Amino acid sequence: MVTILPDAVCGHKYRNAVVSTVIVVVVMVVLRLCAQMVGVGLASGGSDARVSLEAASHWEELVVGGGGQQQPTPSRHNCHYYNCFNVYRCGRNGNQRLSVYVYPLARYVDEEHVAIKPMSREFFEVLDTVLNSEYHTANPEEACVLVPPIDTLNENSLRRDKIGQALSMLPYWAEGENHLLFNMLPGTPPQFDTSLGVGRGKAMVAGGVLVPHNEPLGRKPGSERKWLVVSSQVNIHRDYREDLEAQVTQVMAEGSHSDLLVLEKCGPDVNLTQRCRGDQMYPYPGILREAKFCLVVRGGRLGQSVLYDAMRAGCVPVIVADGYQMPFSEVIDWREASVQVYEEDLPEVMNILRRDVSVERQGEMQRQVLWLYEQYFATMKDITLTTLKILNDRVFPAHAQPLSLWNTRPRPSAVANPLFLPLTAPASEGFTAVILTYDRLDSLFQVIQMMAQVPSLSKVLVVWNNQRKPPPQASLWPKINVPLKVVQTRENKLSNRFYPYEEIETECILAIDDDINMMTADELEFGYQVWREFSDRIVGFRLYDSEWTNEVSMVLTGLAFYHKYWSYVYTTQLPGDIKSWVDTNMNCEDIAMNFLVSNLTGKAPIKVTPRKKFKCGECTSGDLSANEAHMVERSQCVRHFTRVFGTMPLKTVEFRADPVLFMDNFPKKLKLYDDMGSL
Amino acid sequence: MQAKKRYLLLFSCCAFLFFGYFGYHHFKAHRQSKWHHHLSSYSEDSDLLQDEDISPSPRFHRLSDSGGGGGGGGGGGSGGDTRDCRMETCFDFSQCDRGFRVYVYPIDDNVPPSASYAKVLNAIRESGYYTSDPSQACVFVLSLDTLDRDTLSKEYVRNMQYRVQRLALWNNGQNHIIFNLYSGTFPDYLEDLGFDLGKAILAKSSISIENFRQGFDISLPLFHKSHLEKGGEEGFLESNKFPGNKKYLLSFKGKRYVYGIGSETRNSLYHLHNERDIVLLTTCKHGDSWKGYKDERCDHDNAEYDRYDYEVLMRNSTFCLVPRGRRLGSFRFLEVLQAGCIPVLLANGWELPFNEVVDWSRCTIQADERLLLQVPEVVRSINASQMLQMRQQTQLIWNRYFSSVQKIVFATLEILADRVKRSRARPLSVWNSDPGALAINFSFSDYLPHFPFYHDALGTAPHSRYTAVVSVSHGGSGPIHTTPLYRLIKNISKSKFVGKIVVVWTSPQVAPPESRLPGGSVPVHVVVPADPSPSARHAPHPLVTWDAVFSLDEDVTLTTDELDFAFTVWRTFPDRLVGYPARSHHWDEAKGGWSYSSRWTNSYSVVLSGAAIYHRYWQHVYTHQAHPSLLAAVTTTANCDDLLLNLLVAAVTRRPPIKLTQRKQYKDPASEAKWVWTEQSHFQQRSVCLNTFVSVLGFMPLRHSNLRLDPVLFKDKVSMQRKKYRQIEKIGS
Repeated sequence: MVTILPDAVCGHKYRNAVVSTVIVVVVMVVLRLCAQMVGVGLASGGSDARVSLEAASHWEELVVGGGGQQQPTPSRHNCHYYNCFNVYRCGRNGNQRLSVYVYPLARYVDEEHVAIKPMSREFFEVLDTVLNSEYHTANPEEACVLVPPIDTLNENSLRRDKIGQALSMLPYWAEGENHLLFNMLPGTPPQFDTSLGVGRGKAMVAGGVLVPHNEPLGRKPGSERKWLVVSSQVNIHRDYREDLEAQVTQVMAEGSHSDLLVLEKCGPDVNLTQRCRGDQMYPYPGILREAKFCLVVRGGRLGQSVLYDAMRAGCVPVIVADGYQMPFSEVIDWREASVQVYEEDLPEVMNILRRDVSVERQGEMQRQVLWLYEQYFATMKDITLTTLKILNDRVFPAHAQPLSLWNTRPRPSAVANPLFLPLTAPASEGFTAVILTYDRLDSLFQVIQMMAQVPSLSKVLVVWNNQRKPPPQASLWPKINVPLKVVQTRENKLSNRFYPYEEIETECILAIDDDINMMTADELEFGYQVWREFSDRIVGFRLYDSEWTNEVSMVLTGLAFYHKYWSYVYTTQLPGDIKSWVDTNMNCEDIAMNFLVSNLTGKAPIKVTPRKKFKCGECTSGDLSANEAHMVERSQCVRHFTRVFGTMPLKTVEFRADPVLFMDNFPKKLKLYDDMGSL
Repeated sequence: MQAKKRYLLLFSCCAFLFFGYFGYHHFKAHRQSKWHHHLSSYSEDSDLLQDEDISPSPRFHRLSDSGGGGGGGGGGGSGGDTRDCRMETCFDFSQCDRGFRVYVYPIDDNVPPSASYAKVLNAIRESGYYTSDPSQACVFVLSLDTLDRDTLSKEYVRNMQYRVQRLALWNNGQNHIIFNLYSGTFPDYLEDLGFDLGKAILAKSSISIENFRQGFDISLPLFHKSHLEKGGEEGFLESNKFPGNKKYLLSFKGKRYVYGIGSETRNSLYHLHNERDIVLLTTCKHGDSWKGYKDERCDHDNAEYDRYDYEVLMRNSTFCLVPRGRRLGSFRFLEVLQAGCIPVLLANGWELPFNEVVDWSRCTIQADERLLLQVPEVVRSINASQMLQMRQQTQLIWNRYFSSVQKIVFATLEILADRVKRSRARPLSVWNSDPGALAINFSFSDYLPHFPFYHDALGTAPHSRYTAVVSVSHGGSGPIHTTPLYRLIKNISKSKFVGKIVVVWTSPQVAPPESRLPGGSVPVHVVVPADPSPSARHAPHPLVTWDAVFSLDEDVTLTTDELDFAFTVWRTFPDRLVGYPARSHHWDEAKGGWSYSSRWTNSYSVVLSGAAIYHRYWQHVYTHQAHPSLLAAVTTTANCDDLLLNLLVAAVTRRPPIKLTQRKQYKDPASEAKWVWTEQSHFQQRSVCLNTFVSVLGFMPLRHSNLRLDPVLFKDKVSMQRKKYRQIEKIGS
């Protein structure tokens, strides 16, 4: 193309046309290629990789009913997991996860070819979610749970007998065994049975009144909400309405006009986006955003859609429906997100709320209910996935998510300490001294000799980090009266100090550098005693800051007691690139350890005794932490680790631990830890 | 120019064509995949409008539609069917309007309760909910022994139906709890008590989910006759060894019945036994006639069985199998839990003890009898971290709810109390974390950060101010500004963290006006309690609002720095007593009792409340939760309030208190109130107190500590200018 342009002045008609054509072709090819690439990109991005449900036009038509056809399987009401659920169907695919099969969609029609039940949008979303979830299997033979393609969400307009027949026609029906039905509106007027009235054999029903609307109503703190309690239902029994009106009167008499708002339908016209109180009109569900508590009173059915609206409005539901199983109550602790009141106590509900629920708890519940909504209820997809997760945990309970995880919303600076039992570690067990060494044999042997004097020492483990030089023969090592073991590492890495070696049989580790030679046995023994009382913390002697400071937030792990579990966590769960950062820079392993422990426990380390010098002067030449550049690097570490952890986990305390009689004017021989060394 | 324009035109045309072409395809595909957008919602407005209870009265609806999940029964009559009992239908809440009180029928001497049931009844009588007045009661407990309803048992009480119906307050069992451990007998072991319980709540062990009325009955653990009444044996787990693998991965040692109900599971255990890490031993020997039923494996199994010791096996196993026996539950469950061996449950349909509140998934493996052969695989899939969590949780649950009959009974009552006071029910997070629900009372507050135990888990911190509570029992003569009290208040008022000073005046002298006390900008209140008992200083008071209470005697000589230092330390340990003067206790073999001493030793277990800081919740525990006889002992001796406080705190936290700095002498030498401390009888009295308290509590909760906490630079050679707490440096010992 470059050759064409300069001579274009000579102007041959055809040449122009040819050129144009060439350009057009080239452009089209390029565009086409681009489009394809984009298309490929999209597909691999996932949207086209989804399993999608076939459009209705492709569905097979199945005629339900007629002469010799299957009758509905009568429902069994005494079903539970052990007598109706066939557990042998599960786990066939070899992994410990639920496998769910969805029957192909079909058009179920009666003898007149009238569709029995058109599929609703919500049920489509249920199926769509199952199909695209990790649980889905295309193979009915290996399915643990089977989902029929028949919409039973709303019983009101349901042709129960036909649906029952349609279910029993399913090829793998087996009296409904391991089948899962979804039902949001159970029962029909006026009886309102509490469960789906379709003959369904042993099939499970996932139900509850929930009418997902897509948009949340947004957050608004409790203090900005005008009303204490709003009752917005239009279907409350007249007796209950009287109970509420009586309380309105009472509240008004007390002068607290914004405590209770009881709303009704606005005239005879049905418009559910409005509620009225006298002439005053309120938008629904917007008005729920203005309330701290929202009443959810039983109507004909136990479950009420206002519960869902209240949740998304962040209004704490006050449940007045005897015997109502709250949604997902198997895993959700509704005590943290709602107030439960017996129907009998409805006339007292205002007093109960004012007396029993503090402002602080109302705030907590409000945040909780919003979080629950966003987590498990916001869309049909969330609801479906939560249902499947619960089923999954029933079938594979050994790895079920504990209730605490289902119900704990993330809170800044909250921790779940993995060593939570209030234990004082047993004195008898002692500790293992882990000494990281490279080649300073003299000072290493000195340290071992010193360690041997400590009564609670149970073993010495030398981590030989030098690959070029083998450790000395067994006969050359100091003779001490506890086992001494040497492990040779494959690479000279600082992280080797924190490996949870099998040879460490005690829960307590003393990590000690090979040049720490000024400690006394009493000091180390006392350090261990302190660790026993604070066994989830790092107990050390040396502070991170070499400056004289009044505060402790890190102790150096060149001389510190800590639980072996932390070594395991350091080795296996250190976030981000911290481990490799430490190994490449040959620095900051102790900062990483302090970060790790504080981040998991929310606690500061403990410094023991006032000692400041730990090694003799002549050994400092090879001391890493002595030089200036090293210190600069360490402050970079703190910054980098803070970034990786996403927070600054360190905690600060202003105390250190001393023996009870430390520095006391007291006969020396009566002191348990007398030789605490010189300051 | 022309050419360029033409090119441009041509190019745009092509682009247009291109986009037209592909756009159409895209649109077509889009329509195909979005066909469902035309679907309508499953519910319409009319569904919601129709949803109205049109029964004549909602009460009728409530009773008739007590659909226990089934609902197909077509209304079980007006509350006549007790199989569907729920709290709303079978329990009369109006009897609880005066509070949740429990009444125990007087003992019928003709049918005295068994030893186990006597423990249950004692526990109820010792509970804070007990009332001796039936007209005040919300819940009733029979004195007739219903624990053992096995007709073959010695303790089986005959004619129960007749005896129960003769009780004037029986009222068809309404608001009664029936405790039961065994029901049914050979050969079918029906879960039937042999009499009509009416509307009574059944608190029963080994209950199956089929018979369990959710939210109404309470599932109990099966406990042994020798189960301690109070205090209870500690869990065996002493250390959090990691990894926690023991010698055996999975073990079991027990009877098998060869035939009949519940025998299949145990009969198949031999399939899993490998003698290496899975040791499952059964014996066919039980009763006299076992030989008649023995199968071909029995002799081999019996021999293998005798090679191992039950206790040793259990303590050396990571997981312990808890299979059903004839009944669903067994003693083994609690034994295994106590041993810190993670229970692997094999009892399909067993409603686990206190399942309403205890999250068993955190400390047990719930296996399925139908999948017995998968058990080894499941157990091997638990990693070391999970094991560590589960093992700790076994101990937490054992120590808090099961280690004594009293705890089991208290947990039962607390579950009921949460149902009655439903709007203040404690969340499951409280039940399943330390210190457990028996130690948490929502009448103090319903907001968890108000308690000292949950700050870490919630990411909150205790309040940044404290209330100084100065107890004046003496008063002192002379002008007010010469008294130690005056100097103390002056020191307090200079503290950075004090928010308020409350002087609790129990001295017979007339209290000085508040304006005479040198509070400076800190408000000072003088409170004269109605009852001048030493307990008065620990009583909750509307003026004491912040989390921390700094409890001080009128004549302590604490400096401002010491006050500030104590408070900063306390913020790290908000659940503990943190203070200056420390004491200790020990077991005196010669006297056969506990002894209290003030000698300086290398350890301590008590911090005196003359100069200690503690959480306001302990005031609530001290005043409202301690057994009345404990408070009575304090009042009669006019002493020991601080000992009691220490015991109550340690019983909940299971940790020692914290002593600060070196200071030993903390009383003003000029004080006139000091005489009480120098008297010999004072110490004897305190030893007596200690033993009284321990016998009421049923165990000795105090623990020793070997360390004290000092400021980081305490007695350091660094320049004084660098130190934060300089006044502390100057104090001798």
